[in-house]
Amino acid sequence: MKSLRFAIPLIIFIGLMLLMLKGLWQDPKLVDSPLIGKPVPDFSLPELLDPSKSVEPEQFLGEVWLLNVWGSWCPECWREHGYLEELSTRHGLTVVGINWRDETADALDMLRQAGNPYTAIGVDPETTAVLDLGVYGAPESYLIDKQGIIRFKQVGAVTPQLWNSELEVLVKRLRSEG
Amino acid sequence: MKDKIRLYKRLLLLLVLLAGSPAMAAIETYEFDTPEQEALFKKMIVELRCLVCQNQNLADSNAELAVDLREKTYEMVKAGKSEADIIEYMVARYGDFVLYRPPVKSSTLFLWLGPLLFLAIAIIVAIRFIRSRQAVGADPELTDEQLQVARDLLNKENKSS
Repeated sequence: MKSLRFAIPLIIFIGLMLLMLKGLWQDPKLVDSPLIGKPVPDFSLPELLDPSKSVEPEQFLGEVWLLNVWGSWCPECWREHGYLEELSTRHGLTVVGINWRDETADALDMLRQAGNPYTAIGVDPETTAVLDLGVYGAPESYLIDKQGIIRFKQVGAVTPQLWNSELEVLVKRLRSEG
Repeated sequence: MKDKIRLYKRLLLLLVLLAGSPAMAAIETYEFDTPEQEALFKKMIVELRCLVCQNQNLADSNAELAVDLREKTYEMVKAGKSEADIIEYMVARYGDFVLYRPPVKSSTLFLWLGPLLFLAIAIIVAIRFIRSRQAVGADPELTDEQLQVARDLLNKENKSS
């Protein structure tokens, strides 16, 4: 037993190394948002297609909806766009957009080119609502339940893999909740 | 010919000056009502992390999100919010990750006490090591019997040689 004593520092060293190695691969942005389980921050943004209207979270109370932060300047948003459309048409998911740091003309152009998956789109050029949501970058999406509580956050694009592995089940469960 | 060269030089100068202007535009100026507000603002932007560029604080970064968060910090300072208010706002949205100095709580306890723990272990190991060395180095005390055995051995050797 005594002859193995030399191995103790080695084991501690390897343990520490593994711990740090794990930290190296971890993306700190993927740490759970503190907003999960909290009500979606209140905002009132002008509607992109009709600035006389406004988009507010309380308009979607009683629905399970996806809040999606996007901009026409963001390449990943273009990639995600088609799938959002599929979610809204095929799976009947209400998708609400926040158009962030964008030019209205560019945003409208993107909708013309890539389609419009959104039930409503709030415009947030000054990063007010977006900051309240704790957004890092676009695209970012929040799944919000019938009571207006944030239940899931996705940093980056919503993909078919994500839908199949997590979102579909979660949406189904949230819909069945009162 | 000389005139032409001069013209080129001027054009070049103009180009250099134009190239420099966007960088200038990135420098923001903030005005405060009181020196305390300015001090608080400077303190906050050093302590808050730019979330999209790792290991830079808000003061160092020109990333757009950092600019937005700086602006928000400025607004909150201007509105007379305290340091605790600003930290609470940021943590509620971005988590403890936004802070360079993580708060002491159960999940970060090891982070704070770990170094002390390692120091304590090192001190204990060092003390034990030094004591064991002292025990080896001390004068060996032999019993009379052992001394007699040693004398006999030496005598034997002397005789045989």
